[in-house]
Amino acid sequence: MPIIEIIFYLFSAVLIGSALSVVTVGNPVYAALFLVLSFFSAACIWLLLQAEFLAIVLVLVYVGAVMVLFLFVVMMLDVSAVRPRGGFAAYLPVGLLVMLIMAVQMFLVIWTRGLETQPMPEPRPVGYSHTSEIGRLLYTDYLYAFEIAAVILLVAIIAAIALTHRRRPGTKAQDPGQQVKVRREERVRLVKMSADGEEN
Amino acid sequence: MIEQLLTLIWTVTKIMMIVLPITIAVAYFTFFERKVIGYMQVRRGPNRVGPMGLLQPFADVFKMLFKEIIIPTNASRFLFLLAPVLALAPALTAWAVIPFDDWLVLADIDAGLLFVLALTSMGVYGILIGGWASNSKYALLGGLRSAAQTVSYEIAMGFALVGVVVLSGTLNLSGIVQAQSGSVLSWFWLPLLPLFVIYFISGVAETNRAPFDVAEGESEIVAGFHTEYSGSAFAVFFLAEYANMILISALAALLFLGGWLSPFQGWPVLGDTFLGAGGIHWFLLKTAVFCFLYLWFRATFPRYRYDQIMRLGWKVFIPITIVWIMVAGVFRVLGWYGG
Repeated sequence: MPIIEIIFYLFSAVLIGSALSVVTVGNPVYAALFLVLSFFSAACIWLLLQAEFLAIVLVLVYVGAVMVLFLFVVMMLDVSAVRPRGGFAAYLPVGLLVMLIMAVQMFLVIWTRGLETQPMPEPRPVGYSHTSEIGRLLYTDYLYAFEIAAVILLVAIIAAIALTHRRRPGTKAQDPGQQVKVRREERVRLVKMSADGEEN
Repeated sequence: MIEQLLTLIWTVTKIMMIVLPITIAVAYFTFFERKVIGYMQVRRGPNRVGPMGLLQPFADVFKMLFKEIIIPTNASRFLFLLAPVLALAPALTAWAVIPFDDWLVLADIDAGLLFVLALTSMGVYGILIGGWASNSKYALLGGLRSAAQTVSYEIAMGFALVGVVVLSGTLNLSGIVQAQSGSVLSWFWLPLLPLFVIYFISGVAETNRAPFDVAEGESEIVAGFHTEYSGSAFAVFFLAEYANMILISALAALLFLGGWLSPFQGWPVLGDTFLGAGGIHWFLLKTAVFCFLYLWFRATFPRYRYDQIMRLGWKVFIPITIVWIMVAGVFRVLGWYGG
């Protein structure tokens, strides 16, 4: 299957190249766009593994929603004027530490299976639904983990709203309920005038 | 290798057989729009080029193609030219999973509904990037407005689709249509009436059409995100917008009005004639009805104010959809609708 391998290496190259560009380009808008590109190529690689549900959800959630808001903020702030140059060396140790931890994690995951090359898993038969399989697993075997993750997200949402929400005096926000209640008699007064414009 | 090549060529042919009619449909949709709004405003619309003005779309296309593409000073040249492509590509790609008839679909994938949702949500990048790369404050404001609007209405739209999935029990678009077969009363518009209305209004908002067209509100920000675009680059944005409108109309027909199913299915006399059989003509007819609604809205409603758009999306639509998902669940459990 040379075509599938060519597609795989193409998307892998794009993924690695764009991921590197995220941290090296100077303009934050370009960095965010490269992050979008790397998410997208990761989704394409997942598609090659026949994990179409995960791939589509990655695009839907990260590309379609999260990164749009990211770009929104980056474009609103005029960050291109402030370029943190020379801070590279200062942040390098922290970056290296995070990189080391992640490398160890990945190594541990791979080590459990042994380091010899794994054969490609057999392609699933036609009609096998990854989507319903994921749904079944999430709502049966991993129900607790799933619910705990949901509660953590809920707490995060409430905390974010509680931290940023404040009442500002003097805003001119409308109350639609009040607007609907308005009657003509309260706003309009009919004045009788004679045709030539003189008050009678 | 030869076999793979043949599959590739055959697939590309099928793609062309979908994309070309859509392009023609977009051209005549713009013509239809000008005619319909013209007659609604008691005038005739375009009537000079060809019989009854029927060749007007081609005249417009040639005018666009021969105009110069002006790239503003200090604009990000690459992104400026990439943005129209990013707007058009998802609008056309989403058609890959749309079933035109029982057997007429390019890719009958399992998670077709999610695929469409993911691709329509990517269309906003074209607008956002185009707005930023233009190096113009009006374009940037238009792009940002569009991004905020799309993200807000996507939630209501997604929840409306959850109701459809609850009743049909599948994410496959052909499966969703088949789950509605029976009669007009078993189509999902009846049990999901609030979701149906919310889906279409959110679709209008997501395609940035009147009365939600603040992304290009000409009374405030010139022409919004495409202020700086001209010539064929502008034409591509235009094509993407109309392709998206037809897509939203087609989805509304598939999800809530039974797609290719006939409204006379199972009737005593009519059901046996060709009217009773489902087919692509019913699908096209239903899609055309929604396309007409788009134009009707534009000729009827004044533009929403920005904060009112946000209020409608977040405080009205999302609560209604959440409540109706539970109602749909009750329908399903009671066995009134769906498997």
